[in-house]
Amino acid sequence: MFAYYLELAIRSLKRSPGLTVLMVLAIGFGVAASMTTWSVFRAVSGDPIPWKSSKLFVPQIDSWGPNGRGADGEPPNAMDYNDAMNLMRDHRARLQSAMYQISPSVVPSDASKHPLNIGGHAVFSEFFPMLDVPFLYGSGWSAADDAHRAAVVVISSKLNQKLFGGADSVGRTVNVEGKDYRVVGVLNDWNPQPRYFDVVNSGGFSTGIEDIFLPFTRAIAVDMTNNGNTNCNAVPAESGFVGLQHSNCVWIAYMAELDDAAAVTAYRQYLDGYAREQQQSGRFNWPPNNRLRDVPAWLDSQHVVPSDTRVSLLVAIGLLLACLVNTAGLLLAKFLRRSGEIGVRRALGAPRQAIYAQFLIEAGMVGLAGGVLGLLLTGVGVASVSWVLPRDIAALARLDVPLLLLTLLVAVVSTTLAGLYPTFRASRVQPAWQLKSN
Amino acid sequence: MSLQIKPILLALRRHKAGTVLIALQIALTLAIVCNALFIIHQRVVNLSERSGVDEANVFVITNQWAVDRSTRAIDAQVQADLAALRQLSSVRDAASATGYPLQGGGWDNFVTMTPDQVKPTTDSAVYYGDEHLLDALGLRLVAGRNFRPDEVVAVGTQQAISPPVVIVSKALARRLFPDGSALGKSFYAMTPTPTTIVGIVDPLHRQGASQWDKAHAGQSLIWPARPDDARGIYYIVRAKSGQLAAAMSEAPKALYAQSRMRIISPTDGIQDYAQIRHHVFDSDRGMAILMGIISVVLLAITAAGIVGLTSFWVGQRRKQIGVRRALGATRHDILSYFLTENLLIGFAGVVVGALLAIVINLWMVTRFEMDRMSLAYVGVGVIALLLLGQGAVFAPALRASRVSPVEATRSV
Repeated sequence: MFAYYLELAIRSLKRSPGLTVLMVLAIGFGVAASMTTWSVFRAVSGDPIPWKSSKLFVPQIDSWGPNGRGADGEPPNAMDYNDAMNLMRDHRARLQSAMYQISPSVVPSDASKHPLNIGGHAVFSEFFPMLDVPFLYGSGWSAADDAHRAAVVVISSKLNQKLFGGADSVGRTVNVEGKDYRVVGVLNDWNPQPRYFDVVNSGGFSTGIEDIFLPFTRAIAVDMTNNGNTNCNAVPAESGFVGLQHSNCVWIAYMAELDDAAAVTAYRQYLDGYAREQQQSGRFNWPPNNRLRDVPAWLDSQHVVPSDTRVSLLVAIGLLLACLVNTAGLLLAKFLRRSGEIGVRRALGAPRQAIYAQFLIEAGMVGLAGGVLGLLLTGVGVASVSWVLPRDIAALARLDVPLLLLTLLVAVVSTTLAGLYPTFRASRVQPAWQLKSN
Repeated sequence: MSLQIKPILLALRRHKAGTVLIALQIALTLAIVCNALFIIHQRVVNLSERSGVDEANVFVITNQWAVDRSTRAIDAQVQADLAALRQLSSVRDAASATGYPLQGGGWDNFVTMTPDQVKPTTDSAVYYGDEHLLDALGLRLVAGRNFRPDEVVAVGTQQAISPPVVIVSKALARRLFPDGSALGKSFYAMTPTPTTIVGIVDPLHRQGASQWDKAHAGQSLIWPARPDDARGIYYIVRAKSGQLAAAMSEAPKALYAQSRMRIISPTDGIQDYAQIRHHVFDSDRGMAILMGIISVVLLAITAAGIVGLTSFWVGQRRKQIGVRRALGATRHDILSYFLTENLLIGFAGVVVGALLAIVINLWMVTRFEMDRMSLAYVGVGVIALLLLGQGAVFAPALRASRVSPVEATRSV
């Protein structure tokens, strides 16, 4: 029966090619617009570390007080040096790291080559196990290296390719800002998006690659300046990088791993206790106003998903909706035009169910054709999305099998739904009426 | 024509579903297109924001140092670099800077009228520059004077300064002194001592185009300083008129001739203002294009949908049209019947659509920090959709009017 209805559907669609093409175009464009914007939205709103994001927390300490808070009462979204070092010293989480963005120069050993400017972070040793950072060669450094301000680095596979031709470079040296560092690890293609461990400095998404990681303590010792955002509510009393460390300007990102609810509660209490201590010592003149958010909540609070992405998706879904209404209207016209045919079928004994099957299959066929067109247009859309979106975000949009399947599914299901009412009307056609008027 | 409205309404009752679907489609189209047009207009306004820079001739070099050096050594290098750049035959002037209008780095400070004021009066972008900066950027000095060389101080990495004099943008001057008496007046910009306005430029865009920057649009100040930041600086170079390309190729060579221990990225180390503008307003232009595409597709599909459905109705009513024609209705009567019918459906659609457009906009205001949409957009949208409906219905209506009265006598 299915094959028969399929044949009927194709015949009917062929009979009014203009109307059919119009419906297919509408569904195709509507679905493609929705799927293209969805591919971008999916990419930017994804969880960068799904297996662990609910265990990774970002603490915020209100080091500025009521005058430094935004309208929403939020404390600063980064830490000053003082608080970050106190939290590292107390070491209350299982794993934790303070970090700051650096942009040092690397001088290749080959003197004929220009020095390179690279991006990275100064972090503590626990950064690597905490974020499950994958290594190609070697590993991160040890807590002892942190304590001794060791001259060690972890480099990206890309930088390893540039400097060492991709060979296992563990134990070799890299010249960073004029000083030699021993390579202890080479990363294996690690480029999480959004850059959840330092949202404040990356703005969430970044086309750059984290090329270098070196011990926080070492970077401070050699006066390696921060290259990220620095927010001050007063101009530092002393100048230079040391002056920044003594100031209450915020420029350090912080992350801690807390494995269960008890650990989270304990850490919250610890933060409040710490703030109260600062209050008693006279550094803070206000009661604790801390925050402790896990990665998804943190990304949300920092508005990592650009509102443009949401607006585009909503407008595209609106387009799809209008296209479906359009298709419903045209299907209605098409189906009712065949009232005579329906009357004959019903009079010859076809139950309503059969009419339903026949016309829903026809609607589904339109959906399928629209879906195939939608696939092509989605392909074009995703490929040209860099044309209408900022590079760092457009680069994340991908065409993959789930997206293609979703495109087809949305097209067929939504068109069948749009065909429901027209089919209902078709099934209500009174056979007697039709036969009589003929 | 007014006589026809009642029979049209009666006839529409026999096509309730189709009528409702067309009206609904018109409503959705209106709601989406109004909001899309509003977004497009806002973004286009952003695209045309004035920077104050002589954009046809200015380019920016992002210069980082390959080795760590003292402020004094960097200052000597910067002075040598600037001298070398200014000597190029294609270069009109050059200056070192911590940021540049529209995009580049930099920072902003809160502004207060007294040193102990708790709640700041406003916020200003902060530029550092010597007496060449105004000419290097091509800024227009509308009052007062430029800096004198003796006022310019060398500033190291993250070193706080409190210069006695300042040049401000007209927007900042107006914000602080609405009566227009800014010249010679003082204020504090997170500084312990006051800074006195000696010159006013107009306009001077801030170093960014973010939401925060928009709230303080055009509010900038320049302090007389030569930045010697160990992390790197920008060289702002203004080519002689028409010699931008030559200057852009000569400048990096001149800098490398001074010292090789610097990093100028081969990909985006040197950018002219066309590139900077392109990059800064990437997302604005993109949104405008995307909303434009969606609007056009939507309008086309709605128009086509009206054509399709009306054609079907005309086909369905051939016999009735024939009867009317036989009873003496003119072709014009038939044509105006279908046009009026469409107009009635269109009215219903645009009323719902206008309400929907406003509701969507209000929701976006609360959800996405968008502005309130002017009702003019709804007005334009309503007229556009009614015209679109009339245009779309015209061809099928014309076909209907050509139905011969003979049809009345034929059985179906």
